[in-house]
Amino acid sequence: MNAEAAVFYVLAAITVGSAAVVVLARSLIYSAFALLFTFVGVAGLYLLLGADFLAATQLLIYVGGILVLLLFGVMLTHKLYDLDLRSEVTQFLPGVIVSIGLFAVLALTAWRTDWAGGDGRAPAATTREIGQLFMGRYLLPFEAASILLLVALMGAAMIVRRKRSA
Amino acid sequence: MPSAAPSASYLTSHSAILAFLLVVVGFVAVNLVLWKIIRPSRFSEEKLTTYECGENPTGSAWIQFNIRFYVFALLFIIFDVEAVFLLPWAVVFREIGPLAFLEGLVFIAILAIALAYVWRKGDLEWVRTEDRQV
Repeated sequence: MNAEAAVFYVLAAITVGSAAVVVLARSLIYSAFALLFTFVGVAGLYLLLGADFLAATQLLIYVGGILVLLLFGVMLTHKLYDLDLRSEVTQFLPGVIVSIGLFAVLALTAWRTDWAGGDGRAPAATTREIGQLFMGRYLLPFEAASILLLVALMGAAMIVRRKRSA
Repeated sequence: MPSAAPSASYLTSHSAILAFLLVVVGFVAVNLVLWKIIRPSRFSEEKLTTYECGENPTGSAWIQFNIRFYVFALLFIIFDVEAVFLLPWAVVFREIGPLAFLEGLVFIAILAIALAYVWRKGDLEWVRTEDRQV
């Protein structure tokens, strides 16, 4: 087993393990914090796949942003401490069938796909190329993204304001 | 300007991150284990209470937070995404030169309008100006 495989397995174990904690934890806050490790693990996997910009985005947006929103959502939860998250087992058989079916489809897809290994060379860093495209060919979308963010922020501010005054 | 030459092993080009990660995790782990071995362990009830700078904590720490926090988090996300867009821009900034400066300026200026908007509308105030007047 070479170093890359070792890193992959460690990252995969972190991702899957913490994802399991997210689902199984009794406390909402534990789930939220376990999600942090899932997101970081996924970022590591992106990096391992050669998608460095995607990894940075994952870290900035999901770990830095979405998780903060989630944690705030958790902290806004009423009576957080005594909350028992266990739910009753309902529709056990349909659940098992759907899970096994989904697993079978995914496993079969992964098994049958001819994973092209590329030309054996490691992929080049993507951030620089994305930057060059942003400054050249895709300049307008780059600036349009800024306007989109402006609209999103104004919309968010508007919605929050109306809810409060109502 | 050609992009960075592909390295022999992809892992080596990012090994710095891995090294940092290992040092950070290792530092904490070693310290925790080492001091666990060295320090004397004397149990007392008071050590289990929440540390509040010497004050006796009252009630639970798990309170419902003010909804205002969420608004700030929401606004933060917008500027977080802005930072992501500026990341590739910053990488090529020197190669492209004045043009990149201009383009980045336009991008940031548009979002500065957003900041000015929420500022002017009082969304950044803890107690909004309109509420205060009522």
